[in-house]
Amino acid sequence: MATKEIEGALESPLTIKMKLAWRSFKENWKIFSESKIGVLGLWIVIIFAIAGFIVYPILAATVWKPTLSGMVSYDPVTGYDFTQMLNPAPPSLHHLLGTDPLGRDVLAQLLYSTPREFALGILAALITVFIGTIIGTVSAYYGGAVDTFFMRLADLVLLFPFIPFLIVLSGMIQIDLFRLALIIGLISGFGGITIVLRSQAMIVKVKPFIESAKVSGASNPYLIVNHIIPNVMPLSFLYMMFNVTGAIFSEAVLSFFGLLNIKMSWGLMIYTADTAGYIVGSNIGHYWWLWLPPGAAITLLCGAFYFIGRGLDEVVNPRLRRR
Amino acid sequence: MLKYVGKRLIQILILLVIYIAVIFFLLHAMPGGIKAMLTMNPNLTPQAREAILHAFGLDKSLWIQFLTYLKNVFTLNLGISFSFYPTPVWNIIAERLPRTILLFTTATLVSFFIGFSSGKSLAWKRGKASEYVATVIGVITYTVFTPLLIFVFIWFFGAYLGIMPINQFLNPDLWLKTNFTAQTIFLYLLLTISLVGAAMLAAFAVARKVSHKVKTRKIIFYTATAISSAFAVFWWAVSPYGIYGADILWHMVLPVLTVAVVSYAGTMLVMRDSMLETIKEDFITTARAKGLPDKVVRDKHAARTAMLPVITNFVLSMGFVVSGGVITESLFSWPGMGMTLLNATLGKDYPLASGALIFTGIFVLFAHLVVDIIYAFLDPRIRY
Repeated sequence: MATKEIEGALESPLTIKMKLAWRSFKENWKIFSESKIGVLGLWIVIIFAIAGFIVYPILAATVWKPTLSGMVSYDPVTGYDFTQMLNPAPPSLHHLLGTDPLGRDVLAQLLYSTPREFALGILAALITVFIGTIIGTVSAYYGGAVDTFFMRLADLVLLFPFIPFLIVLSGMIQIDLFRLALIIGLISGFGGITIVLRSQAMIVKVKPFIESAKVSGASNPYLIVNHIIPNVMPLSFLYMMFNVTGAIFSEAVLSFFGLLNIKMSWGLMIYTADTAGYIVGSNIGHYWWLWLPPGAAITLLCGAFYFIGRGLDEVVNPRLRRR
Repeated sequence: MLKYVGKRLIQILILLVIYIAVIFFLLHAMPGGIKAMLTMNPNLTPQAREAILHAFGLDKSLWIQFLTYLKNVFTLNLGISFSFYPTPVWNIIAERLPRTILLFTTATLVSFFIGFSSGKSLAWKRGKASEYVATVIGVITYTVFTPLLIFVFIWFFGAYLGIMPINQFLNPDLWLKTNFTAQTIFLYLLLTISLVGAAMLAAFAVARKVSHKVKTRKIIFYTATAISSAFAVFWWAVSPYGIYGADILWHMVLPVLTVAVVSYAGTMLVMRDSMLETIKEDFITTARAKGLPDKVVRDKHAARTAMLPVITNFVLSMGFVVSGGVITESLFSWPGMGMTLLNATLGKDYPLASGALIFTGIFVLFAHLVVDIIYAFLDPRIRY
């Protein structure tokens, strides 16, 4: 009876875990929020997310709804504005950021592309981190030939001229957003992140609690999944942020060269303006709304994820902290 | 030392073979690869199809095809370009490689120098407002979308101020009456730079042998550098090539500036982190306790030790710089490897595209080797 009561009074393991996670989150948040750069990055990402996931659907359903007369359409891909005489038109009340050479609203394109950039960046980063974490921990844990093979492979990937490779690849296969995320994730998953996570896993591997888990009869896969991976997880999370930056940047470069099979993206917006001859020579200053908003959006979002990474760096690497 | 270089060379050779294998796979296994392109025409009779496959050796087993390809790459027989028919791919690459090497060696050195010295003083000013501002600026330039930066540069220097050439790598009006090619100038420029570099290296080695005093060493080194650079400048001024060399260098300013601005922050941030760790070491406290001036402690004691991770990072950023070269070169119309690669891909010129990709890789691999050797010089703990 007594043990039952005590057991009843005790919290379940799940709640304890949740509480612990919440506490460590609060502690880490405190460290993270001390780095101004990380918080700034977080704010930029939040603003972009709100703009892309909330503001755009609302605008598309209300203000930018195609009217019955069909004179003005704000569709980012097939839009046009018959009330406008000349395209590209400079910013006005109807088109806050002007129109592109085909008469499409620049702001609508900008907002429409935002969720896609997020999806690409996060998908690519997730694949990278998934592969990197597993290979890093496995090669640290087992060592030997597995270790040597994956480390040499990582050396090769690090030396790889990544963008030129993607450019040549895009000439051979049709690359859409999903495939691009897959390719970026696969290639960079075997690269630098493996080396970093492996060295972190090497540190964890020799700690006493691994020994005691072994003595209690834990199998190798169990040890890797339940004890080593959770301990390298913060570092993986940090590298995920840097990978989001890399993925968004690669997409922007490739679509800027017109090599991707996609309907609309920030890079493609600059490509459209560039191929129509609006960014050549002295035109560049006159038609600023064609290249500045998408370029600034790419820079800001890439920068924001990088800022978050720098902020997380202070959480993960205690030696960088001020105190 | 020689043994180490030999070992690295063998490693690089193995990496190169794997790299070529990847490119070969790309050419042959992708749905839009070379085989599909040659036999795409639906009007081809089966016999004609067979004949084409036989003529290009595509009917042999994949393994034999790969060995043939490998042999061809190592004998520089990369086929004939489609878009510049009938120029062999190797001739095109031999023409464009020096341009890329000149541009990126200069840009890399400039960005490394800026990153190194700014990272050094950043760590020293830890916690001050200037450190914060410099870090934010550095991170922004590091993550800036390169085309955006180039547009801003072209707009500001080329269109607004009108003081810089905005595209091309030379001024065609100037070159109209010449009887030599830009190629000659590029090769002479590269030769000059490597000769001056070799003179500096030799002076460094001699100075180390001759004297133990830092001051004497410095005098020998700087005098030799000054004399060799003065001699180079004099030679260019006297020779008929002078103005053309200057023209190319003048067109190089904006691309170099772009690459330097984009990539200096990587070096700077690593240098800062590495310095912060070094400063905590005991020998820095000792140096300060001895009463050495702050600047000496920073430059002589801390920076030299903190430099090694920066060089590792430098090796890793090499691939990044060359990748970024595609953007820089194509936007400034600098006809180097990156622009060749992009145009060949857009024009479905497979031999040229794969050839350019292979040589971009070789360029990165050799840069890697050079940095490794420099590393061995800098770190006295590494002995071979």
